[in-house]
Amino acid sequence: MDYFFQQLINGLTLGGLYALIALGYTMVYGVIQLINFAHGELFAAGGYVGVILLGYFTGRGYLETHPILCLIGAFALTMGYCAFLAVGVEKVAYKPLRRQPRLAVLLSALGMSIFLSNALMLTQGVYDKAYPSELFQGGFDLGGVTISYLRIMILAMTVVLLIGLNLLVFRTKIGIAMRATAQDKIMSSLVSISSNRIISLTFAIGAGLAAAAGVMVGLYYGSVRYDMGFLPGIKAFAAAVLGGIGNITGAMLGGLIIGMVEIFGAGYISGQYKDVFAFIILIAVLYFKPTGIMGENIDDTRV
Amino acid sequence: MIHEYRKTLKNYAIGLLWLLGLLWPLLGIHPDGTLSFDRTFTTWLYIAAGSFLCLLIYILNKSGLLRPVGNALSAPREKASRLIGAVPVWVWIGALLAAACLYPLFTGRYAQDVATNVLIYICLGLGLNIVVGLAGMLDLGYIAFYGVGAYTYALLNLHYGLSFWICLPIAAALACIAGCIIGYPTLRMRGDYLAIVTLGFGEIVRIILNNWMTLTNGPNGLLGIKPPSIYVPSFEAGFSFELLYIKKLQYLYYIALGLAILTITAVRRLNHSRIGRAWESIREDETAAELMGVNTFILKLLAYAMGALFAGLAGAFFCARMRFVSPESFTFIESAMVLSMVVLGGMASIPGIMLGAAALIVLPEVFREFETYRMLAFGLAMVVMMLFRPAGLIPAKRMGTRSEDREG
Repeated sequence: MDYFFQQLINGLTLGGLYALIALGYTMVYGVIQLINFAHGELFAAGGYVGVILLGYFTGRGYLETHPILCLIGAFALTMGYCAFLAVGVEKVAYKPLRRQPRLAVLLSALGMSIFLSNALMLTQGVYDKAYPSELFQGGFDLGGVTISYLRIMILAMTVVLLIGLNLLVFRTKIGIAMRATAQDKIMSSLVSISSNRIISLTFAIGAGLAAAAGVMVGLYYGSVRYDMGFLPGIKAFAAAVLGGIGNITGAMLGGLIIGMVEIFGAGYISGQYKDVFAFIILIAVLYFKPTGIMGENIDDTRV
Repeated sequence: MIHEYRKTLKNYAIGLLWLLGLLWPLLGIHPDGTLSFDRTFTTWLYIAAGSFLCLLIYILNKSGLLRPVGNALSAPREKASRLIGAVPVWVWIGALLAAACLYPLFTGRYAQDVATNVLIYICLGLGLNIVVGLAGMLDLGYIAFYGVGAYTYALLNLHYGLSFWICLPIAAALACIAGCIIGYPTLRMRGDYLAIVTLGFGEIVRIILNNWMTLTNGPNGLLGIKPPSIYVPSFEAGFSFELLYIKKLQYLYYIALGLAILTITAVRRLNHSRIGRAWESIREDETAAELMGVNTFILKLLAYAMGALFAGLAGAFFCARMRFVSPESFTFIESAMVLSMVVLGGMASIPGIMLGAAALIVLPEVFREFETYRMLAFGLAMVVMMLFRPAGLIPAKRMGTRSEDREG
């Protein structure tokens, strides 16, 4: 039973991270109906910027004196950097193609994804980069289940970000504008919402969340790699589809389910095939209920 | 002139500053707590100089200053195209074929190796072209069928000692079946969803190859696969046939050439048959095609099966040439490579795809010194191509021509 609860905690942590990445997919898809293939690379870039900043803080000795402040600073700067990057990617690779066939945009996204992961490799090297390990060491014991402080931090941070996003989308004017653009671009532009600005903003927010997930994954596993964006990206997309693409609550739920399935599948069925479970869920969902759990009935041609 | 392009120049300047802002944290912050600027600036200056040159050409072209050059070139070009048009097509095909046959006589090992690679990728590209170019279904897991073909030959040869020529049709058939298995659940999907599901299938195949230790030997791969063999007549001790393994690259090149010619002919015939027309109708408008009585279910499945078949052939040959297989060769990036050959060359256009395959294999070989930048340039080329020439280098003639604008 202890093993089960341990896995439950692991699944929650991983699921939260997938949810953070999935939100970027779902939001972008909601606004411009595009699978942003480069999203996984934004997540990887987040992991790298995080390790660079934390490394710098360690080198300066700040990390020992003000660990919390350093961590918050690293998160904020990383999220800002990736938001900045995502807006540029959107302007270069997607915006000029808005009226082109879907295949062209998808290929442009694919090219961007290859470009970004190789740019990371060229600037940062092919080898893994290690995160400072002295952060959040230790943990406590809860009836045989060890819960490390790091995991609590990750869970807490995920929850804070998710609540923040919910507030932004459902309680602010920006959120209303975003939802309006997602519903109908022409109508929303008639009520003087600049759809270009909203699209950029959507990319920026999605990338910020993915970047935060990147830093957390780096802290969780202890290192980052230039090609680490691909698999989590696809799994997060599976999560977005599972929850009903375009639906924010659905993406969170989907992320949690994918994380749980992966951890429990790895724990109880086979560790080697853990990456397969997300794909099987993806295929099954698309086959039996293409709208996902929380999705509304979308137009048949989009499926 | 500057005035006219103020907006372009402004955007360009903002873009460069943005690039600098993005580049510096990656290159300038060091883990020992120091900051540096020189490496960032040199890299940035290179990029700035290169992109400024492109911008200059773009502006000159737009403002019409390059028109005299274009005019001067257009007269000979027209003349040449008229000359080319005067010669019947079969002469060109014959000349190309003769050149391809004579190629190993005049070239060395290295050039033959590259050419063999190009031929394999032509098979792959044309196979994928059936799925993507003709039937209009975006498939990102195509390389899985290549893997199925390669492993089929490897396993049959290692365990049962079957020869290459027997395995070739078996590999094609198994890849075909795999195509149907993967194709069947995806038939209801279109566009982006289809792309991502096929990507998932491709990854599943790769993970299985990577983890099924008892069958595939996992990431270590399979070694000791026999090359293709032929019987040569031998006159020692009467008349008999002797089994000879083809190890010389030159002969392997001819086998690849044969496979490529087979693929080209088959794809051409398919393209111009009723089936090909039906595929194109599905690509242009699936609902309309279905209403007109095209059996979209069978035809889409057939497209998958046909595409997979050629990948299976190419895979078996690849395995026989390398005499080694490992899951490393069947990653997603390979699928992306083949897809971009199809797209860069021109979807649904056979000469286009041949050109695309040749360009994507030969160019990196030419620029060997810049090998680390290969994939970077590749990704960038894909984006730029989509921005400026989404139909490819040699667009297909029948692409997207609806019935109403075909006349006149």
